[in-house]
Amino acid sequence: MFTTLAIPDKPVVTPPAVPSQAIVLLRQRIARIERIHARGPVEQSLPLGIEAIDQVLPTGGIRPGALHEAASAGPDTEHAAAATLFAAGILARLNGPILWVLRQADLFAPGLTGAGLQPDRIVFVEAGKDVLSIMEEGLRHSGLAAVVAEHTGRLSMVASRRLQLAAEQSGILAILLRRSPSFDDPALSEPTAAVTSWRIAALPSPPALPHAPDTPGLGRAWWRLDLTRCRGGEPGSWIVEACDATGRLGLVSDTDGRSVRAA
Amino acid sequence: MRRVVSVWFPTPTVDPLGQPEEGRGAAPNPAKGHGPFAGPGESPGLPLATLAEWCLRYAPLVAPDPPDGLWIDVTGSTHLHGGETRLLRDLLRRLNMPAYAAVADTPAVAHAVARFGGGGVVPPGADVMADFPIEALRLPADVLASLRLMGFERIGPLAAAARAPLVRRFGALLALRLDQAAGIVFEPIVPVVPPSLIQARLTFVEPLLTADAFSTVIVRLVGMVCGDLERAGQGARRLDLLFERVDGSVQAIRIGTARPVRDARHLGRMLDERLERVDPGLGVEAMRLAVAVADPLGFVQTVSSLAEEASLDIAPLVDRLSNRLGEARIYRIAPVESDVPERSVRRVPALSRAAGGWPADLPRPVRLLDPPQPIDAMALLPDHPPVAFTWRRVRHLVRHADGPERIAGEWWKRDREWSSVRDYFRVEDEDGRRFWLFRRGNGSDLETGDMRWFLHGVF
Repeated sequence: MFTTLAIPDKPVVTPPAVPSQAIVLLRQRIARIERIHARGPVEQSLPLGIEAIDQVLPTGGIRPGALHEAASAGPDTEHAAAATLFAAGILARLNGPILWVLRQADLFAPGLTGAGLQPDRIVFVEAGKDVLSIMEEGLRHSGLAAVVAEHTGRLSMVASRRLQLAAEQSGILAILLRRSPSFDDPALSEPTAAVTSWRIAALPSPPALPHAPDTPGLGRAWWRLDLTRCRGGEPGSWIVEACDATGRLGLVSDTDGRSVRAA
Repeated sequence: MRRVVSVWFPTPTVDPLGQPEEGRGAAPNPAKGHGPFAGPGESPGLPLATLAEWCLRYAPLVAPDPPDGLWIDVTGSTHLHGGETRLLRDLLRRLNMPAYAAVADTPAVAHAVARFGGGGVVPPGADVMADFPIEALRLPADVLASLRLMGFERIGPLAAAARAPLVRRFGALLALRLDQAAGIVFEPIVPVVPPSLIQARLTFVEPLLTADAFSTVIVRLVGMVCGDLERAGQGARRLDLLFERVDGSVQAIRIGTARPVRDARHLGRMLDERLERVDPGLGVEAMRLAVAVADPLGFVQTVSSLAEEASLDIAPLVDRLSNRLGEARIYRIAPVESDVPERSVRRVPALSRAAGGWPADLPRPVRLLDPPQPIDAMALLPDHPPVAFTWRRVRHLVRHADGPERIAGEWWKRDREWSSVRDYFRVEDEDGRRFWLFRRGNGSDLETGDMRWFLHGVF
């Protein structure tokens, strides 16, 4: 026989900001349809640490178990150096082994330490033309924390959908670095099944010492970070300081160009 | 009809099996571990036995023939190698050392032809022994000397001579050898025991043709093998799956693992992925799974306390990717204590331990251009960063720069770098892109470099 404990009925106090039960239920249903929370609760999302950006992202950060795209803009489209550092900054704050699928071996691992990512955590694969299928293979293996792949050229809706489904099933963070030999390749803007799509462009950075502009030296790089597509959220554009040694970005100004720091 | 191959190694101090072993079979390479092939005077047993084990690839019955030869009973297995002539040719090519080989009906004839006839194929039933010198009979030296004194040079007259006086004088060995040479007395060979392989074999009533059927058999075979492996406390490093087809030929797939494995699911999946390479022909009547290489695999404690996190094992993934792409293309990067950027990293196997020791405070680009690309740069000597540079016909104006970081050649390793110097600069152009440039030379002394500028990486 079990004895039932009497739980006192507490009146539920709903603050006015919390949406009503019906709205919450509806949102959950929509999320289920869109498979946004296919695996893991929202809390597992990895915040970028900048409130202005995290607010825009529907789960409050970069969600594992989903495909994210990043590409560099302008002349850096070929080498995708800024996009690589952006991805490294995200991965630096994630625990666990990482599979990095390369097409050719031009990645210089010591450079990743600049964004806080220890190359020891990474297993590199030179996949040649099989980048996407190797990435999918990695995403189906649950022992990894993240899979990064460098893809050159077009990405069809079907191919990206496969990757997204594989990531959803295993709950692994999938980052696809898009590269192209031509500047601002329109193929990089075509719609894909990725949950978020980022475009990173270098911006001229201010002098290293603001009070002594003539002193030689380099400060933190500046990026314009464009969220060009975001499933369940609005696109946005921010000016940020590049990843520091712990992989964190710093906000300089938000979409409207309002400076958030006293110049 | 029995067919026996005799192999003769005339020079004892030759470079043994220099070629890396390919193909199938648990072939221990004698070049590894045992040093050069030891001749008769040194240690006759071990290398011959090793070579004999290696020869198990050709036939199941192999015996060492001390001091300098081998016997292989190839009865019924020559067709696997395309006939006797091809088998001999293949054997000599793979041995890659001075050797003669002959195939004949009896060990005695093959032995004689390999040593005194230059090797080759003796057709079945042919009587070739009569013309060989009496040394081909494998008799003791004093017997041979006495026979020569008596005027016997060739085997033919000796065999024709009256037996009784010869036996009374020289013993029964002479008669035995003559009978063995004539094929009257069966001469058994004592085969080496094949290295104990863990294997499983299944034969089918009906020939199998479809991949589904093969997968089902693989599951059973792998289960059998994994049970044996567990009892032996071992894990498979290399697995050979042989498909014996109805037409007598054999197809094989081979998988390798980075670590000893006896996870039936993992092994079965890797074999499944290779099935597409198998041509079943008219059908497969038997399949055999053999553990060609195994290593000890004990039980490992995974998590011992609540505070520890279970470390995730990526070995299965590495195995599958290596079987698909090749081991060389899956790797980790480990730091090397060298200041020269292109020498500061090396590839290590994907499952090696994390090395650590990455320099944290050195600014390094995330993409390294290999080789460094020459650029046209304008800079004040000796140690100012460039004001502008042209790369791929695009002119970049430098807004900010940091440097130089001087990297000297490794003169203690390479004489040519006795005085060479590179001065590295990090620069940012007017668009905000960051580059890693260097000047060959220290800016004042032409001995240290030719003062040309290169782009070495992008941030």
